[in-house]
Amino acid sequence: MEYLPNILFAILLVGALTFFTKNVKRLSRNIKLGKDVDVSDNKPQRWKNMAKIALGQTKMVVRPIAGIMHVIVYVGFIIINIEVLEIIIDGLLGTHRIFAPLGAVYDFLIASFEILAFLVIVAVVVFWLRRNVVRIKRFFNPEMEGWPKNDANLILYIELVLMFLFLTMNGADYQLQQLGAEHYTQAGSFPISQLLAPIFDGMSIPSLVLVERSAWWLHIVGILFFLNYLYYSKHLHILLAFPNTYFGKLRPKGQFDNLEAVTKEVKLMMDPSADPFAAPVEGAEPPAKFGASDVMDLNWVQLLNAYTCTECGRCTSECPANQTGKKLSPRKIMMDTRDRLEEVGKNIEANKGEFKMDGKELLGDYITHEELWACTTCNACVEACPVSIDPLSIIMDMRQYLVMEQSAAPSDLNNMMGNIENNGAPWPFNQMDRLNWEKES
Amino acid sequence: MSNELKVPTMAELFAAGQQPEVLFWVGCAGSFDDRAKKITKAFVKILNKAKVSFAVLGTEESCTGDPAKRAGNEFLFQMQAVTNIEVLNGYGIKKVVTACPHCFNTIKNEYPGLGGDYEVVHHTQFLKQLLDEGRITMEGGQFKGKRITFHDPCYLGRANNVYEAPRDLIKKLDAELVEMKNCKKKGLCCGAGGAQMFKEPEKGDKDVNIERTEQALETKPEIIAAGCPFCNTMMTDGVKNKEQEGTVAVMDIAELIATAEDL
Repeated sequence: MEYLPNILFAILLVGALTFFTKNVKRLSRNIKLGKDVDVSDNKPQRWKNMAKIALGQTKMVVRPIAGIMHVIVYVGFIIINIEVLEIIIDGLLGTHRIFAPLGAVYDFLIASFEILAFLVIVAVVVFWLRRNVVRIKRFFNPEMEGWPKNDANLILYIELVLMFLFLTMNGADYQLQQLGAEHYTQAGSFPISQLLAPIFDGMSIPSLVLVERSAWWLHIVGILFFLNYLYYSKHLHILLAFPNTYFGKLRPKGQFDNLEAVTKEVKLMMDPSADPFAAPVEGAEPPAKFGASDVMDLNWVQLLNAYTCTECGRCTSECPANQTGKKLSPRKIMMDTRDRLEEVGKNIEANKGEFKMDGKELLGDYITHEELWACTTCNACVEACPVSIDPLSIIMDMRQYLVMEQSAAPSDLNNMMGNIENNGAPWPFNQMDRLNWEKES
Repeated sequence: MSNELKVPTMAELFAAGQQPEVLFWVGCAGSFDDRAKKITKAFVKILNKAKVSFAVLGTEESCTGDPAKRAGNEFLFQMQAVTNIEVLNGYGIKKVVTACPHCFNTIKNEYPGLGGDYEVVHHTQFLKQLLDEGRITMEGGQFKGKRITFHDPCYLGRANNVYEAPRDLIKKLDAELVEMKNCKKKGLCCGAGGAQMFKEPEKGDKDVNIERTEQALETKPEIIAAGCPFCNTMMTDGVKNKEQEGTVAVMDIAELIATAEDL
C-alpha cells in the first residue's frame, strides 16, 4: 500500500504521455498530407528567425499591452517546467522537493516561480477582461463564434486554476514546514503563497497535508490534461510556433513562387522544335494540378501554418479588405484550412488509412470565391502574424486553381488577362502605341 | 513643358553600338494611363537633366505579367516573363529602373527564377542614388515647409522593405513629412494590388482607397505623395470622393522633384 501513490502516478503519467504521443503522430500524419517543399536552405537565418520571433517574442510586443502580458505567461510557462520536473520526480520516487539540496538556488527558483505565477494570474485576468468585458473587436469576427470563443476562455480558466493550485500547494507546504511536519523538507522561499497563511491558520497537520496533497495532485493532473488538450485547441501554438517560425518564408514578401509545372509547359511552348501533337512518353507523370482546391494540394508548411494559428486575429485586423467590411478574413482562411485538414484526417482514420472522397473540398465548402477575390495581396496579414504564418500563399494557390483549372475568374479579370495576352498590357491598347507618351504634351 | 524629352530606345542604342547605364522600364500604367504618363515624363526630365544614359524598350516592352500572376494566372505570367526576359537578355541589360513597384517587384524577385537576373531599382531609390552621387541637386523650391504625407506602396514597402528612399527625397525638398496612422511596415493598401485595379471591389462597407484616403487626410496634408502609379490613381480617386481635390494634391515623388527643380 505504501507505494500506491507512486504506482498511481506512474500510470497517470504514462497514460497521459501515450495519449499525447498518439496525437502528435496524428498531427504529423496530417501535416505530411501536404505536398513536399524544400525548406532546407539558409539554416543560419532560419535558426535566427526562430530565436527572434518564437523564443524572443519580437513580433508579439509590436502591440505592447497584449505583448507584455503574453511574455509574462510565456516566461511563466517555460520556467515553471522546472517545477513540473520536480513534481514528476517526486511523484515517481515518493520524495518531496527533491531539488531542495540546491539550497539558496532552490529558494530563488521557488520564489521566482511564485512571483511568475502571480503575474500570470494578473495577465490571465487582463486577457479575460479584454475578451469578455472590453470585447476587443477582432475577437468577435463571425469565425470566432462557438468553439474558438470557448476554447480561448477555457485556456484562460485552466491557466488560472493551475496557478491557484500551485500557490495553494506551496502555501500549505510552507505552513507544514513551519509546524515541522514529518516528510515536509524545510526548503524554498514563498513570497506569494505566504500571504495565504491566514487561510491555513489553526489547521491541523493532517488537514494541511490533505490540502497540500490535493493541490499537488490536482496541479499535476491539470498539467497533464492541459498537455493533451493542446491538440484540440488553438493553444497548440505553444509547441508549433517554434518549427513554424523556423520554416517561415525567408524571401522578400512580394516574391511569389513560380510554379514549376507551369514553367515546364511554357518552355515546351516556346521551344520551336517541340512537337505539340507528340503523345506523352510512356510512364510519364500525369500533369500536375494547378493551384489548390483542397488541403492535399497545399504544401506541408502551409498545413503546419494552419495548426500553428492561435486565432489572435492580428492578420484580420490589419487586412484592408476586412477593415472595409469585405468577407475576407485571413484568420478564417487558416482556421478553415485546419478544420478541413482535421476532417480529412478523421476520414483517413475511419477508412483504414486511406482517404475516401467525401464530396467536400476546402474551396467552396469552407472558403468562398468571394473571400479569395477580395484579397489585395498586400501582405499586411503576413507582416502582422506573430508566428510567421502566410495566409496569402493559400489565397494565391486557390486563385491559381480557380483561374487555371476552372476558368472561374471574375469577368473583369478575364478581360484584363485577355488584354495582356493580346496587347501586352492590362488595358486594350496597342503595343505599338507604347511610346506615344513621349510625343504627347 | 520646357525642353523636349530625350527618350532613346534600346533598339536605337543597340544599332549605334551603345549600351546605356540603365534601362528605364516604363510599365503599362506609365505608358498608357494619362495620369501615370505625367510621372513617366517627370522622371525622364530628371534623367535628362542629370545626363543619365538610359533607354526604354518602347514598343518592345510588354506587361511584366504581375496582374496576371496575382490574379492566379501563372501561365500567362510566365509567358510574359519569358518573352520579356528574352528581350532584356538579348540587349544584355544589367540594370533596370522603374517607377512602378509592381514591375519592380516582379522583375527583381520573380524573373531571376526564369532566367532574368538584373539589378532592379525603384525610381525613388535611383533618384536617391543620383542625389548621393551629386548627379542631381535638389532644393525645396515651392515645397519648402509644405505638409506632405507619403503613402507606402505595398509592393515597394512591405514586399521589398524599401521605406527610406522616398522619405529621404521628401525631406530633401525641405517639406514637412507627416506620417499616417498606418505607415511603413503597417502601411494600408490603396486597394489596387493583387489585380484589384482591374475589377470591381467585393461587397463591403466602403472601398479600400476611401479608407486609405481618410487616413491620409487625417494628417491634414497639402500633398499626398505616392511612389506607384496605381496608388496614385486610387488616392486621386479617394481625394475626389472626399471633394478635397482643390486643396490636396496627389503627386509622385518624381513629379515633386521635377516640379521643385522647375523642369
